[in-house]
Amino acid sequence: MSFGLTPSQTVGPFFSHALTWLDGPDVVPESEPGAFWLRGRVFDGAGEPVPDALVESWQASPEGRFDHPDDPRGAVSGFRGYGRSATDDEGRWGIRTVLPGRVPGVDGRLQAPHIDLSVFARGLLDRVVTRVYFAGQPANAEDPVLSALSSDRRETLVAAVAQDGYVFDIRLQGERETVFFSV
Amino acid sequence: MTDLVVPGYRRDPGGTHPPLASPGYGSTVLRAPHQAPVPLPHTLTEITGPVLGEGRVLPTDSDLTRQHDGEPLGERIIVHGRVLDSDGRAVPDTLVELWQANSAGRYAHARDQHPAPLDPNFTGVGRCLTDSTGRYRFVTIKPGAYPWRNHENAWRATHLHFSLFGRAFVQRLVTQMYFPGDPLFFQDPIYNAVPEAARGRMISSFDLSETEPEWALAYRFDIVLRGREQTPVETS
Ligand SMILES: [Fe+3]
Repeated sequence: MSFGLTPSQTVGPFFSHALTWLDGPDVVPESEPGAFWLRGRVFDGAGEPVPDALVESWQASPEGRFDHPDDPRGAVSGFRGYGRSATDDEGRWGIRTVLPGRVPGVDGRLQAPHIDLSVFARGLLDRVVTRVYFAGQPANAEDPVLSALSSDRRETLVAAVAQDGYVFDIRLQGERETVFFSV
Repeated sequence: MTDLVVPGYRRDPGGTHPPLASPGYGSTVLRAPHQAPVPLPHTLTEITGPVLGEGRVLPTDSDLTRQHDGEPLGERIIVHGRVLDSDGRAVPDTLVELWQANSAGRYAHARDQHPAPLDPNFTGVGRCLTDSTGRYRFVTIKPGAYPWRNHENAWRATHLHFSLFGRAFVQRLVTQMYFPGDPLFFQDPIYNAVPEAARGRMISSFDLSETEPEWALAYRFDIVLRGREQTPVETS
């Protein structure tokens, strides 16, 4: 017996008062050793900032573990791993987080440190999914997801070093369009 | 060593979700990516997800008519249902978020300029956790329809916005719940962007059994998230 999936719909323009949490951007508390800001802007196909988008993040702890019952290595409690940030009038979003550890891929080999992102917005009838990798990580060169992409497309997934952390802009469409994944 | 090769989730079958490029909905034109999405394997990052809830949801969060000093105006309704996966298994203890316009069709959002009255007793924001059998229940008021500028004389079909986490990153879903028999369906490109065979899954059903006599009508809306590729072994 299979039940038909519920279709996706846009978040519309008027979600931020409902989906914004005071601690939404806090994947980790300010006091966490190694905490940094991952910030960016969301742009549309005309290069205009998207002021009504919601960016959500999901990642492993610095040890590469999850606080989740389906992690076969056992759940590691206390690491939230999740952040959410609505964009402001200039399309800016940001989360405070730490560098995730390496997580095994489908063949058991370790992947490069990465954060999964969902982007919701007015005009997006379904979320789009992307991954943040980090500039300067030696493991990037052997990551199976990154390696499968052409070099110019791969670049769209690598966050650049910034003063207080990393920058990761999201281009929904057009020139230097971010790589989006189907999951 | 623990086997770290874990079963993923079934991929979305075609015919379920609206295409991102749906030009009838004008805002998709500059926002839908042009490149085809790249398939991402389901690794541990994708088959896990935020387990939210404890401490995040107060009992009053699920009754949108009790969040202010007075009662909101409009038709009180109960909206309830189950969150399931496509194998029919309950999704327990998962966060459900709800937001909506008031009975006059206006959101309590700074950018909503529709000249309909705000209701000081209605914010239109609710959240709850599903119980151990995947059930959720909200008390709210029926939202009004509202105009938007997508096309000539455009009105959104009456809807509630729903946000669901499921238990895995790949199950995350944002959708809208509609009401049976809405005369606005035919001209709403957001509703109609969904393949025809799947549209009806977004329409709640009137549910006499859950009405509260002399108090509120009830609508049932079951939400189905993707199931596992292989049935996981139950451990408890
Ligand atoms: Fe709406």
